[in-house]
Amino acid sequence: MIPIDRKYTREHEWIKVEDAATSRALVGITEYAQDQLGDVVYFDLPQTGASVTAAQKMGEVESVKAVSDLFSPVSGQVIEINADLIDHPELVNEEPFDKGWIMRLTMSDAAEMDGLMSPEDYEAYIGGL
Amino acid sequence: MTLETVLHPKHIALGARMVPFGGWDMPVQYSSILAEVKAVRTASGMFDVSHMGRLYISGPKTTEFLDWVLTGSASTLQIGRARYCMICNEAGGVIDDTIFYRLAKDRYLLIPNAGNRVAVVAWFQRWIDERFTGGCNIDDQTRETGLIAVQGQDVPRILEGLCQIDNGEPLSTVRPFTWAGGKFQGKAVFLGRTGYTGEDGFEMVVQSSDAEAVWNALIEQGVTPCGLGARDVLRLEAALPLYGHEIDQETSPIEAGLERFVRAEGDYIGAPVLRQQREEGTPRKLVGLSMPGRSAPRADYPILFQGEIIGRITSGSYSPTLDTSIAMGYVLVRHAAVGQVVDIDIRGRTAPAKIVPLPFYSRTRPINNQI
Repeated sequence: MIPIDRKYTREHEWIKVEDAATSRALVGITEYAQDQLGDVVYFDLPQTGASVTAAQKMGEVESVKAVSDLFSPVSGQVIEINADLIDHPELVNEEPFDKGWIMRLTMSDAAEMDGLMSPEDYEAYIGGL
Repeated sequence: MTLETVLHPKHIALGARMVPFGGWDMPVQYSSILAEVKAVRTASGMFDVSHMGRLYISGPKTTEFLDWVLTGSASTLQIGRARYCMICNEAGGVIDDTIFYRLAKDRYLLIPNAGNRVAVVAWFQRWIDERFTGGCNIDDQTRETGLIAVQGQDVPRILEGLCQIDNGEPLSTVRPFTWAGGKFQGKAVFLGRTGYTGEDGFEMVVQSSDAEAVWNALIEQGVTPCGLGARDVLRLEAALPLYGHEIDQETSPIEAGLERFVRAEGDYIGAPVLRQQREEGTPRKLVGLSMPGRSAPRADYPILFQGEIIGRITSGSYSPTLDTSIAMGYVLVRHAAVGQVVDIDIRGRTAPAKIVPLPFYSRTRPINNQI
């Protein structure tokens, strides 16, 4: 169920390296996160070009019932926000690992990936929640 | 200890997400809050509201007793009819809001909120012992019965095919805020044409042993099971107060905009304070707020005017029916005029909101005419 081509945070974000040569990576939230949130209706996200810091708040996601902080899995610079989410935030509920990706960034230190959870560790982690 | 309704196993089997509410383990959603709201607004939905109380109050002094403890009149309520009102304390604060049905001359069914049921019974018993000794008895049937709310424009047609009312008349003769006894596929049912969603519909009391069969029959008719999440959005769109948010012991029905449910005349608990508030006004008032976009003001967020805090949000949500964000909150009266623009402090950033008439949504108005 959990994609094995990426890494995970304890706050239920995922990060997938798209291109190691240019340190380009895609960030989103997990199936578990979308299920906990319920219907997502709004995102408050950094602008393209903004810097984000590993484990620091980078934005917010709102569902009908709740507001939740989003944390950046790694440090880097935002190069793209998923524009489809503005009109279709439900993509995060429907396809959190694919069309519901949140942002694309350039990592400033790829070694930060080593501090994140592997798919196996994350699966065990949510199993214990 | 968390209580479970008679339909609890059904909710688990349907895969509902369960949350504690008012001392009960209740479904907050089955599929999605947005889908469940849409079902009620466009077709039909049903809610297990068995966590709410069923108090049968009877005896020769019952009408006199209810006239004393309620802001609404029991003595002028005809048999067969229902009324919404408050149970207030001596200071005019709200102990609970309730719907009560007159079943017979000296017999009523009163529905308190789940989290207030025990306090309401204790409050009532205190006054019975003090002023109405021996003339009034409370029979709490909450654990012996189920309460299912079926709401939406398709509901009258669906229930017409499932229910017969005892007087042989069609179900359509049970008008809003009236009730009838009847049979649901042969099972005894109390049908009140009331609800908490802003849509047409019924609230049905059934014996616990019949609740699952009734629930299943409604599912077979295509009625969508809905949780408390959808119920909260629906009642907010219809600007119906939620105890603990818009009203509580520190809030009076006058400032909550509920004066039409408070008798201007008569001697009852809280009456002197409420009468004075009605004449002189209150320092603050409950208002409706509309904010463009989908980021919602939430309970307790400060409301500001020119940088000064003038009040707080009591409830807020994205409204799927109106596709904008809506909220209710208390503000100082001088800032409460419709059209006034205020700021909401949303987790540190401020966003403008406009005071709009309540309710946000009314089923008798076309959607493009709301707010």
